[in-house]
Amino acid sequence: MRITVHVWRQAGPQEPGKMVAYDLDNVNEHMSFLEMLDFLNESLIAKGEEPIAFDSDCREGICGMCSLVIDGIPHGPEKETTVCQLHMRHFHDGQEIFIEPWRAKSFPVLKDLIIDRSSLDRIQQAGGFISVNTGSAPDANNIPIGKEQADRAMDAAACIGCGACVAACKNASAMLFVGAKVSHLALLPQGQVEKKRRAIAMVEAMDAEGFGNCTNQYECEAACPKGISVEFIAKMNREYLGAQLSGRSS
Amino acid sequence: MNSVNKTLDSKVPGGPIEKQWELYREKMKLVAPSNRRKYKILVVGSGLAGASAASTLAELGYEVECFCFQDSPRRAHSIAAQGGINAAKNYQNDGDSIWRLFYDTVKGGDYRSREANVHRLSEISLQIIDQATAMGVPFAREYGGTLANRSFGGAQVSRTFYARGQTGQQLLLGCYAGLNRQIASGQVKMHNRTEMLDLVVVDGLARGIITRDLVTGEIQRHAGHAVVLATGGYVNVFFLSTNAMGSNVTASWRAHKRGAFFANPCFTQIHPTCIPQSGEFQSKLTLMSESLRNDGRVWVPIKPGDTRPPNEIPEQERDYYLERIYPSFGNLVPRDVASRAAKRVCDEGRGVGPLVGGERRGVYLDFKDAIQRHGKKVIEDRYGNLFEMYERITGESPYEVPMRIYPAPHYSMGGLWVDYGLMSNLEGLHVIGEANFSDHGANRLGASALMQGLADGYFILPNTIGNYLASKKPENISTDHPEFEKVENEVRAYIEKLLSINGDRSVDSFHMELGRILWNKCGMSRNKEGLLEALQEIPKLRKEFWENVRVLGEGETLNQSLEKAGRVADFLEFAELMCRDALEREESCGGHFREEYQTEEGEALRRDDVFSYVAAWEFTGVGVEPILHKENLTFENVALAVRSYK
Ligand SMILES: Cc1cc2nc3c(=O)[nH]c(=O)nc-3n(C[C@H](O)[C@H](O)[C@H](O)COP(=O)(O)OP(=O)(O)OC[C@H]3O[C@@H](n4cnc5c(N)ncnc54)[C@H](O)[C@@H]3O)c2cc1C
Ligand code: FES
Repeated sequence: MRITVHVWRQAGPQEPGKMVAYDLDNVNEHMSFLEMLDFLNESLIAKGEEPIAFDSDCREGICGMCSLVIDGIPHGPEKETTVCQLHMRHFHDGQEIFIEPWRAKSFPVLKDLIIDRSSLDRIQQAGGFISVNTGSAPDANNIPIGKEQADRAMDAAACIGCGACVAACKNASAMLFVGAKVSHLALLPQGQVEKKRRAIAMVEAMDAEGFGNCTNQYECEAACPKGISVEFIAKMNREYLGAQLSGRSS
Repeated sequence: MNSVNKTLDSKVPGGPIEKQWELYREKMKLVAPSNRRKYKILVVGSGLAGASAASTLAELGYEVECFCFQDSPRRAHSIAAQGGINAAKNYQNDGDSIWRLFYDTVKGGDYRSREANVHRLSEISLQIIDQATAMGVPFAREYGGTLANRSFGGAQVSRTFYARGQTGQQLLLGCYAGLNRQIASGQVKMHNRTEMLDLVVVDGLARGIITRDLVTGEIQRHAGHAVVLATGGYVNVFFLSTNAMGSNVTASWRAHKRGAFFANPCFTQIHPTCIPQSGEFQSKLTLMSESLRNDGRVWVPIKPGDTRPPNEIPEQERDYYLERIYPSFGNLVPRDVASRAAKRVCDEGRGVGPLVGGERRGVYLDFKDAIQRHGKKVIEDRYGNLFEMYERITGESPYEVPMRIYPAPHYSMGGLWVDYGLMSNLEGLHVIGEANFSDHGANRLGASALMQGLADGYFILPNTIGNYLASKKPENISTDHPEFEKVENEVRAYIEKLLSINGDRSVDSFHMELGRILWNKCGMSRNKEGLLEALQEIPKLRKEFWENVRVLGEGETLNQSLEKAGRVADFLEFAELMCRDALEREESCGGHFREEYQTEEGEALRRDDVFSYVAAWEFTGVGVEPILHKENLTFENVALAVRSYK
């Protein structure tokens, strides 16, 4: 098929950016969206133009590296699908497609479609862990955890840290991302000891990074490629409030 | 020339095999806690091996710097592992033991691994599960609250722990959390989007690395008292593989060029259950977890060229070839055996699926019987996310039509040579995880790579590196040493050269062509003639690369073409060593199948009398014949036997 893509081009963090249109012929419906961009890049290189910079690594929907907004939707139109797993069969001949990077104050653009998401790492560093040194763990079966409980922790832990939730939110809030980690660990017995400190530290770090507030629009859940539920935001709010009420000492 | 130690002493401690690791730890030298902060360790890589090592070393009090090329350590390729992680916990009371895991791994590796290492790995497997659980890894559970297991990759016991189909993700996030704690405390300095481009060797000791900041292009020097490579595997040399786009051989290869021996490079694993290639534009292949083989039945039509849709082919016209040839293991034969069998039936013209490049390369993996036996709900519970993934990629539902699968390059058993302490022949350079030649011999069993990466990073290296450092004074090492300047200048010249060629062909086009050569001549099966041809073609292609590659843009900015170019340049050198190693090893074992050495039934023919050794290659120059060093393998605990799965 034949398509036209409009792509955000920006030479560097301080440079101005703009949308540039490219016509593409012979796009195969079995191509993934990123393979379509590879294909476009090969033609740009042949013409002596710099290829479009975009992030990807696993191309299996699990590493969280790919990060494109397609026609205004982070990861594009398919539900629970990262852009690396989106295939061209979902587009039609003659379609015009608009491709942009994640847009958020806390995710500055580095080049073209590549952004800086280190803010998400810093939130995790503030408390997204259980403080247990290597070698000091008891036998794993000494901590029984009900199947439902373990499954729910896994639902929260499935976050791939891509940041689509932030990109989808009009306030650029990272509540779903933080809620997922706070909930994952708060749902497990191992995570109890530090749960208050964790909730407060991660929420504070999120605010310090300049992410916005949650106004319950749930765009984040809709955009999440792993279907992480907004229930985890509610859970985090409870953890946070509980922690504040009882003081942050524990 | 750097002065490196050329004798291959594996430094396995003596004594009975079950006691060796204990004895090692009893005798090893220790660094006093108050002295540890005086030692700096550079850990390159943040996958399971690198992240677990970096955080554990930091917990012990060493100063650590860690590097990865992704934008966050959480995105290392380990994240993609699906199926699970082995441990000899025997929670299922089905007869598992440390000994049995050890035995299975040595046998599964087709008797080309070091017994002592494998035994240690089996012992440590128990602690890994405890550690990961304590870190909050949400492993699957039974209703009673205990951990669940499944049988995986042909094992006859259920020893595989898993977290849905995302075991690697959850284990890596556990390591990442531990790493974050150390980054927050200042004990680890993390360098994201930073690529190691060379190793600095000072007076025969690995003392530092040269990196490129992938955002700014800045070339930087880093000095340390030891360097740890945890940079993963190299099967992206085939261009199409199940590895992440960025996986590469650069760190290992450049260390090799500085004196580290490369062991068994021809041992690559071709995984039997991947989604077949759908066209020339394909950028990578997707693995379908082999747990699917627990319930799926593999078949092709009996008649060559039978293009009827699968549902129209009656039972009596189907060949369930794995069940037919290997009645006792059936669909669960090890990976190398399953992959070769698939290739054979496709070579016979019985492959299925669309024509790609004039051939049908695919076999069916059929769930119809399993759905009938257990009901759709049970199958959905077990494989729902995998079925969805398959449908997303192919547009076909495995509930309705059988999956199509075909083997794809997946894992590298070969890697930098290391001794029992995980140190390379180049002193101070340690290599862990998939990057070392390690414990899997000529074939890795399913769910054993995660185990090995974490054993290396959490439990082995943090001990053995102390033994090494204790023998070295924590002297001040400066990046002003002339050797740093020299290596940095070489890196700069290399980058300038890549950018200045400005030829006609893209980097990818070279990578694709290299991949084709290797897949055809050093892939699932190899022969002398093909390997000799490849050894002619690769240097030619490499020459063309250096004359005709087009790398646009500049060095001082984010430049993905330049990143790729450097990696492909290294693959172009490495590929030659792979073929040479395959040529030299005149036997078939595990993933290395030499057509000249097979039994009458077409099974691998090992030649223990001549090839019971690790081939460790010494670099002597690009395009120059390398020197082969051998580490002889002895099997005192597991008797050498023909691997039979019939
Ligand atoms: C699709 C798939 C599924 C798998 N499933 C399983 C499974 O179920 N069970 C199992 O046991 N094994 C599985 N494996 C194998 C297993 O995942 C890997 O062998 C293992 O995770 C490798 O871990 P690692 O830490 O050695 O390297 P990796 O996770 O590959 O990490 C490499 C690290 O090195 C960094 N790096 C590389 N080069 C450089 C450089 N030059 N400079 C700076 N940094 C660099 C990268 O950024 C990364 O952080 C699977 C593999 C694949 C491909
Ligand atoms: S590239 Fe890994 S999730 Fe898309």
